[in-house]
Amino acid sequence: MASALVRVPARARRGEVIEITAMVAHPMETGFRSGENGQILPRNIVQLFVCRYDGVEVFRAEFFPAITANPYIAFSTIATRSGTLEFRWIDDRGAEVLERAAIIVE
Amino acid sequence: MTPESTTNPGRRQSIRVLVAGVAGGVAGASLGWCPEAQATPADMQAAITAFSRSQTLQSGGVRLLVPELVENGNSVPVSVQVDSPMTERDHVRRIGLFSEKNPQPQIAVFHLGPHSGRANVTTRIRLADSQRLVAIVEMADGRFFQTGVEVIVTLAACIEN
Repeated sequence: MASALVRVPARARRGEVIEITAMVAHPMETGFRSGENGQILPRNIVQLFVCRYDGVEVFRAEFFPAITANPYIAFSTIATRSGTLEFRWIDDRGAEVLERAAIIVE
Repeated sequence: MTPESTTNPGRRQSIRVLVAGVAGGVAGASLGWCPEAQATPADMQAAITAFSRSQTLQSGGVRLLVPELVENGNSVPVSVQVDSPMTERDHVRRIGLFSEKNPQPQIAVFHLGPHSGRANVTTRIRLADSQRLVAIVEMADGRFFQTGVEVIVTLAACIEN
């Protein structure tokens, strides 16, 4: 897998609900398409996305082939303390992408 | 209100541009899926029953936001919003999205909790045909809620294959 893009506010007030968006470059091959030789292209999708905030899981998404290529997700969490948000995507072949973003909570 | 209107257009644009940069050759290669087989409303019902462990599905408090008319089934913005205080005792635990006529009825499952603050999730999906979409919400107390919308797709995800 290639690159990821996440958006987390750099600063937030303690207790504020912050919106997070995350996207990863991935073809999300559905397993329902034929290639040029008529063979079915094997499924390879990002099946799992997990966001942890200072090591604690705050959001998880299970994806199926109906999710677009370069899967996009927007969700929220409560800004509790300054720290690191960690984003992990895992595809059918076990490839992982890990991205991190820091947040300052005042 | 649609998911389109809830997102800052400038930001959407910048995300698209950035992804085009990071995704390289991947971005355009994967559009379209042309299913040999299509799920049926019965398949969707079976998937919903499994997700909700055969519990009664109540109505109210769930909004499934999808454009009524979709020009391109390869990328359809979908938002689910649930009225919930998102406290330790009263929060959304899971949201399941289901499709009637895609090759597979499951679209996505989202896991939330009191740390979410709001029960509001957005993603982008593929639609193989005009159809009904359903969101099922599991609450912390074990109750399940549902809502559904009809979506008209003018260019199905299939066409570009």
